[in-house]
Amino acid sequence: MSEKQSPSSSAHQAQLERYRQLVDRLSPKSKLGQGVFRAFWVGGAICCLGQALLELGRGPLGMTNTAASTFCSTVLVALTALLTGLGVFDKIGQYAGAGAFVPISGFANAMVSPAMEFRREGLVLGLGGKLFTIAGPVLVWGISASVIVGVLYALFPW
Amino acid sequence: MSTIELRTRPAIIAGAAIAGRKEGEGPLGAFYDAVIEDDLFGEDSWEKAESRFYLTACETCLRKAGIPSPDVLLGGDLLNQIMSASLAARSLKVPFLGLYGACSTMAESLAIGAMLVDGGHMTTALCAASSHFCSAERQYRFPLEYGSQRTPTAQWTVTGAGATCVSALQSPHTIARVTHVTVGQVVDMGISDANNMGAAMAPAAASTLTRHFTDTGRTASDYDLIITGDLGQVGHDVLLQLMAERGKPLDAAKYVDCGLLVFGPEQDVHAGGSGCGCSAITLNGYIWNQFRKGALRRVLFMATGALLSTTSSQQGETIPGVAHAVAIENDAP
Repeated sequence: MSEKQSPSSSAHQAQLERYRQLVDRLSPKSKLGQGVFRAFWVGGAICCLGQALLELGRGPLGMTNTAASTFCSTVLVALTALLTGLGVFDKIGQYAGAGAFVPISGFANAMVSPAMEFRREGLVLGLGGKLFTIAGPVLVWGISASVIVGVLYALFPW
Repeated sequence: MSTIELRTRPAIIAGAAIAGRKEGEGPLGAFYDAVIEDDLFGEDSWEKAESRFYLTACETCLRKAGIPSPDVLLGGDLLNQIMSASLAARSLKVPFLGLYGACSTMAESLAIGAMLVDGGHMTTALCAASSHFCSAERQYRFPLEYGSQRTPTAQWTVTGAGATCVSALQSPHTIARVTHVTVGQVVDMGISDANNMGAAMAPAAASTLTRHFTDTGRTASDYDLIITGDLGQVGHDVLLQLMAERGKPLDAAKYVDCGLLVFGPEQDVHAGGSGCGCSAITLNGYIWNQFRKGALRRVLFMATGALLSTTSSQQGETIPGVAHAVAIENDAP
């Protein structure tokens, strides 16, 4: 292996490919089965909690469907914010991966963690400027996609 | 010839390692000068805490060397504009050359310091590097409390700082002597996964090691120990493979990586430790201790750096690696 070949030569490309294969062979892989199982049960547990809150709102608390679903989201977001603040949620995230961040808990964590991290740079440019660093891209492209779908739906109502 | 022989054999007269709590709980915990339990080190931000680690390592090293002020402070850290080192230099009030070699900074500063002393330009150079898990996470990855998952190849940034005092003075404290320096080339073998830095840096380590052996006529068996900085498990295995392919095989029993020494397997750090502090606290804690005990006679210390930035990663660049090697011998007459 020499580092002096021109970057575009096919010999160099072959060398890079050989190196990639070596690294692939020597790098430990994520445990797919374990990851899926953890995501499934933690994600499922969060959703069960959500369903329980919904039923609580609709039944004993006598809320309308809309109010009960807002109640459910609010409690989950507040709970995640609390766990993030206590330094627990990142450990749940490390354990459960997508199981922890796909439910609304992930969104709450994505807002609270930068708020905590960047408040030292001040409330305006620190907290204010960095609040959306993680959630921002999701919001921008999520809202853009829904606008496009909305326009298409308005033009072709089927 | 890219290996420089230092004919005056500058002396390493003191070293200091200041480590964080997790590092203190690791297998090398007993070798550090101090273990700081508080991640913030009494400061109000991670960056200022890291700078205090840096300053404390420098001050401890100077105290142990019995030198009030060095002729120059050389070194850096991982933060943008090497904030930790600059703030520490502001407090130390000594001539300062800031260096950025990512995680290779300890070897880079030691190499330059030893050359300045060997050339007769400086009597005493203080060489130091630091990193902090929390400041590195927030600069390179996500906010600390963000619940993301780390991949099995990811490494854990070491919280800590190390400083070495290199001098032309005849000192009764002399731990070892610097005999050769091999300055590394930047090598990029197309790895773009920032969670697999070991793989990105291993080819640079192989390149420097090969040139060091060619230039000096030495082989791996001439060293009691070859120490890389923070290749981690993946980079360690890749380097063994690359050197075997080049016909300059390393003896696996006499090759260690600081990233694998600094944390124990039960500490859940995946592929090992990383960061400037990783090689800095291992060299200034464990390695100097082994030299003092007489357990080591000649070692090659080669810290490795992944020269990526968040901007280069986002612009789709692959990760350039670099490795600088410093040959160190005991003070036998």
